Amino acid sequence: MSERLNIVVVEKDPDRARMIVDGLLELGDHKIHIISEETALARNVAERKPDIVLIDLTNPSRDTLEELAIATSPLERPVAIFVDRSDRQLTRAAIEAGVSAYVVGGLQPERLHPILDAAITRFHMFHRMRTELAATKRALEERKTIDRAKGILMKARGLDEEGAYALLRKAAMDQGKKVIQVAEALVTASELLS
Amino acid sequence: MSGGETLRAVFLPLVDAAPLIIAAELGFAAEEGIELELQKAPSWSVARDLIALRQVELAHLLAPIPVASQLRLGGNAVPLCAVMVMSVNGTVIGLSNALAGRLRAVGHPFDFADARAAGQALLAVAERPLRIGVPFPFSMHAELVRFWLEAIAPGASGRHLVKTVPPPRMSEAISAGEIDMFCVGEPWGSITVENGTGELLLPGCAIWSFAPEKVLSVREDWATDHPDRVGRAVRALWRAGRWLANPSNHTAASEILARARYLDLPADVVDRALSGRLTISNRGEVRSVPGFVEFHEGAATFPWRSQAAWIGQGLARRTSLPVGPATEAAKAAFRSDIYRRAMAGTGALLPGASEKVEGAVTRETSVASESGALVLCPDGFFDGTVFDPSFAD
Repeated sequence: MSERLNIVVVEKDPDRARMIVDGLLELGDHKIHIISEETALARNVAERKPDIVLIDLTNPSRDTLEELAIATSPLERPVAIFVDRSDRQLTRAAIEAGVSAYVVGGLQPERLHPILDAAITRFHMFHRMRTELAATKRALEERKTIDRAKGILMKARGLDEEGAYALLRKAAMDQGKKVIQVAEALVTASELLS
Repeated sequence: MSGGETLRAVFLPLVDAAPLIIAAELGFAAEEGIELELQKAPSWSVARDLIALRQVELAHLLAPIPVASQLRLGGNAVPLCAVMVMSVNGTVIGLSNALAGRLRAVGHPFDFADARAAGQALLAVAERPLRIGVPFPFSMHAELVRFWLEAIAPGASGRHLVKTVPPPRMSEAISAGEIDMFCVGEPWGSITVENGTGELLLPGCAIWSFAPEKVLSVREDWATDHPDRVGRAVRALWRAGRWLANPSNHTAASEILARARYLDLPADVVDRALSGRLTISNRGEVRSVPGFVEFHEGAATFPWRSQAAWIGQGLARRTSLPVGPATEAAKAAFRSDIYRRAMAGTGALLPGASEKVEGAVTRETSVASESGALVLCPDGFFDGTVFDPSFAD
């Protein structure tokens, strides 16, 4: 690896920022700076004189970075591009992952690619973790509701736990609903009646 | 509507995306045998990249973006062009409560009309350089603000700081003291008033009464390769614009635009721009602005090459490009030739010329058209100057 790259990551979410930094550090001893504040973004980025700026595609503040592309003299104007246009597949992957990269100054594509690949991988990984976390949370919530519904049935109908669940499942099947929907309805109804 | 050809289009959640949204929702696209697949973008650079990288075919863009692309300015400078103007005017200039208070203290009437008086009063009370938020470096907002300040006090546009703030952050930025004032498209000015974080000073049309604001943009090479598709899209949006110009449709339009998948904002706030009745302060002062945003009248959708030249001249001046050649090159961004081909035979009135002296129409004027009398709306600049695209320097 030749000299260190100066990379700026614009990211508000500290967990996501840390993941991206970890991914980039695996590639080499790069100098990485995270900007989490959107105030004076363009100036803060410019002061760091980065080789690459990575920013979430869905962040509206990306427009602020366009100011980097409009310095007063054409010679001072950094080349600001969103990923390397010559590589269609990389472009598509970056768009799908939601990462945009500004390349400031004529950085060689062979140096850019691994950085972008790493960022894309991390963006995907972060997204997957978030999705999994949300799914786990939802499953936990659902289990709590179903447990409460079972408890209500056990008390009201004198059933054991297994019998209560069987009743819930039968009601769900008869009505073409999910068990959780029936359980939610039951919990709500019992709250209203109590 | 089956069997229609699908065209992917990107828009930003703004009132002036209306022609695209209405064309998709009310069957104007279907009448042309196309289906518009709309995608909302979080920022202008994303919208521009999606079209430059062939992820969509059509884009709702700020009029200066295709001009900048022709001058190779900005990121992803793939040549883009405007095949029609989607909207004229529709922006507002707003002030922080502190700055508005200083203007009121010196007796400024907030008439929401006189750009010279407002600008002079503003520069007189400004104790330090003003920080002015605009949505994008390449925007009519940036051009109008610079033109306005420069015309009032030569050199002023360089003394004050024009900086980019994404429209949804404008209200927050002004309340946090990041900026002193802004120029932004509706409904974001009204949202600032609603939040009590700022007051409105002027509509953009008080500076230039017929400023091309948003355009329907495509890649230049795509326009060349797909003349039939371009034509269908232009005609569908033209009909949507004509529908939007009818005041009795404003309530319905506001309801559609307000939906979550489009602007996701209250319909009554959206309606202010369409009806031209704006609430300028949280004390409830209302100002009426005829032609606040125009989608149809006065050949509003015709992409005049002279409009592109005016934008190109402004961009060239602040990026140190040679002004004459840049102004000439900018004209290629507005494709009046494509628009003419698309609208030929529809009965729409097309002007005989493709360039005009901008600012020369001081009252409604009949001009030569290809078929009958076309009435142009006033297109004056507030300072009475004119811009002749043949003599740019």
